[in-house]
Amino acid sequence: MKQNFGSFVKKESLHILRDKRTMLVVMLIPVVLMILFGFAISTEVNNVNVAVVAPERTDGVRDAVEKLSQNEYFTFKGYISSDEIDLNLRSGKVGVVVVFASDYDRRVAQVKDGISTKPVIQLVVDASNVNTAGSATAYLQGVLLGSASQQAMFETRMLFNPQMKSAYNFVPGIMGLIFILVCAMMTSVSIVREKEVGTMEVLLVSPVRPVKIIFAKMIPYFVISCIVLVIILLLARYLLGVPMSGGVSGIFSLSLLYLLLSLSLGLLVSTIASTQIAALLVSAMVMMMPILMLSGMLFPIENLPKFFQVVSNIIPARWYIDAVRKMMIQGLPLVAVWKNGVILLGMTVMILAVSLKKFNDKLE
Amino acid sequence: MNAIEVHNLSKSYGKVQALDNVSFSVERGELFGLIGPDGAGKTTLFRLLTTLISPDSGRAEVDGFDIVKNYHEIRSCVGYMPGRFSLYPDLSVEENLNFFAALFGVTVEDSYELIAPIYKQIEPFRTRRAGKLSGGMKQKLALSCALIHRPKVLFLDEPTTGVDAVSRSEFWDMLSTLKEHGLTILVSTPYMDEASRCDRIALCNEGRILSINTPKGIVSGFDRQLYGIKSKNMFALLERARRSEGVIDCYPFGEKHHLITNEVFDIEQFKIQFCDVKDLEIEPIEPTIEDVFIKLMKR
Repeated sequence: MKQNFGSFVKKESLHILRDKRTMLVVMLIPVVLMILFGFAISTEVNNVNVAVVAPERTDGVRDAVEKLSQNEYFTFKGYISSDEIDLNLRSGKVGVVVVFASDYDRRVAQVKDGISTKPVIQLVVDASNVNTAGSATAYLQGVLLGSASQQAMFETRMLFNPQMKSAYNFVPGIMGLIFILVCAMMTSVSIVREKEVGTMEVLLVSPVRPVKIIFAKMIPYFVISCIVLVIILLLARYLLGVPMSGGVSGIFSLSLLYLLLSLSLGLLVSTIASTQIAALLVSAMVMMMPILMLSGMLFPIENLPKFFQVVSNIIPARWYIDAVRKMMIQGLPLVAVWKNGVILLGMTVMILAVSLKKFNDKLE
Repeated sequence: MNAIEVHNLSKSYGKVQALDNVSFSVERGELFGLIGPDGAGKTTLFRLLTTLISPDSGRAEVDGFDIVKNYHEIRSCVGYMPGRFSLYPDLSVEENLNFFAALFGVTVEDSYELIAPIYKQIEPFRTRRAGKLSGGMKQKLALSCALIHRPKVLFLDEPTTGVDAVSRSEFWDMLSTLKEHGLTILVSTPYMDEASRCDRIALCNEGRILSINTPKGIVSGFDRQLYGIKSKNMFALLERARRSEGVIDCYPFGEKHHLITNEVFDIEQFKIQFCDVKDLEIEPIEPTIEDVFIKLMKR
């Protein structure tokens, strides 16, 4: 009955192609998310206004300020006096005030010689935006420490993402999210629609095993997801400038596995839900929320409470995002993330087995 | 061997007894009607016989196959048209038909001469989306799709609900044509007036079958004299007639009230008794299937 499998796929594609609005949304969501996360929502330090308090403008101070103002991420707003600090931060004119100790040069020398460990620079930071404050501080420290007078103390090198661009971090996260959205949510909704509209009854009263119809349903969504995958990779490479030094073939093959996993998840949801709204809610609440919160997409897993760290292990997106991050940013080959691949494969097999077992060829 | 054999079939949903110990059989080539109001268990019976659900107890066979053990065989030899429109509204008439042909592994050409009398009427609209068809046309398309694989037994669950009177009558004409091809048809309807188009009917209510017979046989089983009465104030008449001597029952029926009477009833006596009623009309009438149904239900 090969010829009828083809016509099932054709019928399913017609459903999708005729629903132009949904189609448009599916294609636009990844683009919008990439642009949003890549440019608008960023935790990276950009254009932070800096003012300086310096009792004496010694060579050392001037040297440090010079470094600061040359840096593209900071804008030097000028010298202020110590009682203007509060006003400047409060009005939002500056985000950070750098306060140099009096007698700066001599005390730096003492620190260098190991005579003193007293701090020589104070950073007063507007921490109303925790993310910006944190990364601005870290980056500013880096810049100041690198100044000639201090270089003996530390030397830090940021590998893979030297400017700490957050887009690099978000691209794998978006991929983890979007494929669940397209594959799991859309397949489950389209299967449940047949139940809701009543066509499932007619499909069941036919010699074709329903599983075959279900698989035919998955194929067009798989194709769409592949197109979305290509769009995301192109945007990541050429719009956001993510290096992908390890090559795309590894990312691509792991993503295909993740697509299969998402499709099986969709099938699982469709066996539980009996209305399209229910399918949507289950997909959104049970799949999207954990991905956003627990997969390491927004918050590092290491920062989660212990309990949630354990929970995050069962979230497929966690393993996928982690692996893609390694391949995309660190440039590791697929072999280096074999553990993640095996875990994802195991999850796919398990979800598929459970949902096929749960899938009923009767109405109840 | 009968086309459909049902023995003591029961099915309940939680506390609701949808089908209670139902037995009947349908001969090959017969047009058998299940007549009853909503909640009579008609759809449950259809779902059981098309193997969509499993019975709690009892057994049934369709075309010689057991509905529990051999459900795969049944699924390829029956045609099923569920109560609500269940085709793809976003696919065209032609695409729907082709899809259902593919579902059963046949081509439209194979069965064209069987469905032609029906499909020809909607063929001019073959590129139109099924969702944009009128009620009568949707029903014709659904029937064409249910027939595409030349089923031996056809299950039609309330096919005429929500369809205009002309299309309803046309639909029953089509069923008569199909019968000539030797198809066994089980059809349900809440409309009593359609019952006379069936070979045999089963009157059902609240999960039970009240009576099975030919439409004529059902009517002839009505052993009381029936009158139709009418006046200006129908409601007052109903109340008064019910208390009258020799009256077993009186109920509204269209623009008249139907009056069931026993031996002691005397029409002249009745007229005298009701002489104060304005514009009273009373005449003996032939019972309909609905009268039989009401009588059976009240028992």
